[in-house]
Amino acid sequence: MKITTEFRQGRLTIWLNGELDHHAAKSVIETACREIDECLPNSCFIDMKGVSFMDSSGIAVILKIYKKMKAIGGTVIIRNMGSHARKILDMSGLTRLISSEEVKA
Amino acid sequence: MTVVNYINIEIPSKSTNEGLARAVAACFAAQLDPTLEEINDIKTAVSEAVTNCIVHAYPDSIGKISIKGKIYDDNTLEIIVKDWGCGISDVKKAMEPMFTTGGDERSGMGFTIMESFMDKLKVRSKVGKGTTVTMRRRLSYRAGGNIR
Repeated sequence: MKITTEFRQGRLTIWLNGELDHHAAKSVIETACREIDECLPNSCFIDMKGVSFMDSSGIAVILKIYKKMKAIGGTVIIRNMGSHARKILDMSGLTRLISSEEVKA
Repeated sequence: MTVVNYINIEIPSKSTNEGLARAVAACFAAQLDPTLEEINDIKTAVSEAVTNCIVHAYPDSIGKISIKGKIYDDNTLEIIVKDWGCGISDVKKAMEPMFTTGGDERSGMGFTIMESFMDKLKVRSKVGKGTTVTMRRRLSYRAGGNIR
């Protein structure tokens, strides 16, 4: 999985590209936590446009980012979630906690 | 019900093989001409089962995972994921949503997802012997299916 990040004006954006499974989850969590610790963003956008597959590991990843952001008083927004990821995140109840948006490229 | 096709594979419990296992399951299921949603559901369920073997069955070692697939003549796909790892002492507890022994890198939603994405899920486990997960999903009949 390819992870790209950008921090600008208090806003951290994380682009995920590829398959988000247990194998990929560790590096996504590490990268996201490191960026959040360094930048202390007001908001964190997780862009899932490039995610071609996701299983329950995605729930753990997003929950971890959510907790981390909550601890510093920030918010999380999931961008371009896709129907399959939504199905899985709905099951975990995370979509009730975290807002999402669709952004056309 | 008659078996019209089958596949047996064996892989070591390395996390790089998660992607391989679900790709194989998706390719095998492709002959039933599933919808994209059905394929994603099957891939996800297989991914959960195989990840459980890697994370829980063999926590400190690399062990053997067997994946068997069967296609029945009523358009049903069956997937059996078997390991010879540590086993689950309380299967009922393990299957509860949000229950995990895998720490905060795991969500505890694996069995819940397998259960809701497949029509049938059976888990048999014996501590010290291993675990067998059997899943079935009947796919919608579509024009492109070529099992008969």
